[in-house]
Amino acid sequence: MGDIISKTPEDRNAACWQPGAEKSPLTAHDLGWQLVGGLSGGAINIGYEAVDRHVNEGHGEQTAMIWLTREGRRESFSYGDLSVLSSRFANILCDLGLKKGARVFMALGRRPELYAAALGTLKAGMVLTPLFAAFGPEPLRTRMEIGKAEVLVTTKSLYTRKIAPILKDLPTLKHILVVGDDAPDGCLALGPELRDASAEFEAVRTGPEDPALIHFTSGTTGRPKGAVHVHEAVLFHALSGRYALELQPGFTYWCTADPGWVTGTSYGIISPLVNRVTMIVDEAEFDLKRWYGIVEREKVQVWYSAPTAIRMMMRAGTDVAAPYDFSSLQFLASVGEPLNPEAVVWSRDVFGRPFHDNWWQTETGGIMIANLRGMDVKPGSMGVPLPGITAGIVETGNDGLRELPDGEVGELALRPGWPSMMRAYLNEQTRYDKCFAGGWYLSGDLAMRDTDGYFWFVGRADDLIKSSGHLIGPFEVESALIEHYAVAEAAVIGVPDETAGEIVKAFVTLNPGVEPNDDLERDIRGHARKRLGAAVAPREIAFCTTLPKTRSGKIMRRLLKARELGLPEGDTSTLEENGA
Amino acid sequence: MTEDEIRAAFLDEINRVAPDIEPDSVSDEEHLQDDLELDSMDILNLVAALHDRLEVSIPETDYSCISTPGKAVSYLIGKMRTT
Repeated sequence: MGDIISKTPEDRNAACWQPGAEKSPLTAHDLGWQLVGGLSGGAINIGYEAVDRHVNEGHGEQTAMIWLTREGRRESFSYGDLSVLSSRFANILCDLGLKKGARVFMALGRRPELYAAALGTLKAGMVLTPLFAAFGPEPLRTRMEIGKAEVLVTTKSLYTRKIAPILKDLPTLKHILVVGDDAPDGCLALGPELRDASAEFEAVRTGPEDPALIHFTSGTTGRPKGAVHVHEAVLFHALSGRYALELQPGFTYWCTADPGWVTGTSYGIISPLVNRVTMIVDEAEFDLKRWYGIVEREKVQVWYSAPTAIRMMMRAGTDVAAPYDFSSLQFLASVGEPLNPEAVVWSRDVFGRPFHDNWWQTETGGIMIANLRGMDVKPGSMGVPLPGITAGIVETGNDGLRELPDGEVGELALRPGWPSMMRAYLNEQTRYDKCFAGGWYLSGDLAMRDTDGYFWFVGRADDLIKSSGHLIGPFEVESALIEHYAVAEAAVIGVPDETAGEIVKAFVTLNPGVEPNDDLERDIRGHARKRLGAAVAPREIAFCTTLPKTRSGKIMRRLLKARELGLPEGDTSTLEENGA
Repeated sequence: MTEDEIRAAFLDEINRVAPDIEPDSVSDEEHLQDDLELDSMDILNLVAALHDRLEVSIPETDYSCISTPGKAVSYLIGKMRTT
């Protein structure tokens, strides 16, 4: 299965984790505790570990974050600066009368206020939910409704365009903080609030099992699920950053993911700061020359990106990369969807180092399986389980769950109990319980393990769509589509795309009297984009006279997908007669 | 093609890729990604559409030259003159 990119002995020696450590009796908890400080009495607080601890230990002057603005300005923030800013934000929350456990949501771009707010919320013992600012009003509303948001931190423009129209549906939302010096009616301006708030704040002594983060993830059916993570997750954020990303104190590190997605929070805020690196934050969106320039100028040592971006670099060709000096790069990692073997080989040729693919999910809170620095990279493989993590391939049969031997395809499963494992889906005990069976956490991903212990992704076990690394639930898209006056029914699937992995495609049937045409197609896509945002809305819409359904009326997305891809249709015994 | 025709063609292709954006409401200075919220897949689709419509190929390194309608129109004029 693909080539192996062999590591040199020097490479292995440089790796902080040597092969064989997986046989260590230490648990993920033990290993994590070696990397964090903790608070007295067994308390642990993610915000404290990320900033205040380093200041207490004498590293307040070290640069924590270099912020690159869209316009090309560069601002540095030391650990001391971030500690003060986050303390001020924590004091704002407390002065508003909010208590430990209050739900604080963020919808804003990559600006310093986002980092101050995230860390301040955690230090205050309140529960943080970052949302993707490019979501349309519908995904924002659903998530704030399910999460019972009490506070929202956003920008004036986002507030006016997306929040004001849905405010009436959000009765729990008590405070809206808007970046800048003036705020619309009913909102507080964050600028003056931050200046007026006290810079002194002692991190709340949260317990290991106190909720810290809620990250939303899509489901095949029903509404998005809010995966709850607790403060002791930081043990694993620390460990996985160190072992899977090679984050070492003082390193310059750039995670290109937006904190609106789980990668951008776990590895774009928490893990790098806990590991005391200097992190690059770029406010702008992907721009090839800008990115290469940042790696060169900032002397990025560790770079964590995603397959879609890497494939865009590949499309542009090696000539574009040639003038840049990438010699600072020491370790490259990728996440979001399987990285194709060509991209691994290409990156080794162009950057002098291969991208190391890794695998995890919103529910796992951190990297579970990875191609590690000290081990040979198998291009196309997701790698091996991290120390403290036990993974297996399982199959659910009539007589329960059984583990499959190497080489067989089944569901990728993990032994529960690692620190960053989700502790609940918010108010959805049944859906949470379904994720666990026979002593395993079931990932919903199909995979196989080879005889060397490397795992290989095969596909999703369900109808979820992976587009540009984002998990998209068909139900959420279908619900928005059927709100359009012309649409009677909708079914949404992922179709393969060279750059994005998959793109969202919708099949719709129209209401009586409506004729399909190009204008209508544009109008429906426009409607979906307004409701959902560009990342989630369908890129293609096909008109159908009927959709394949089971006799009980459930749309068979699987069959649509098989037909779209020209694959065998599989078992169609439950297909409704007229649905063919 | 005149400058106005190129602008109209560019805005029409934006509307085809992102039909939530009304061509009449877009100003020359608005940034496709930051203001109009096109994502990188939209930009790829836009570039492909411009290639088909105007027979202009835009290399990845020039994507920043079409980041606003104003910039894009001047860039496309230059490109169409030389090709």
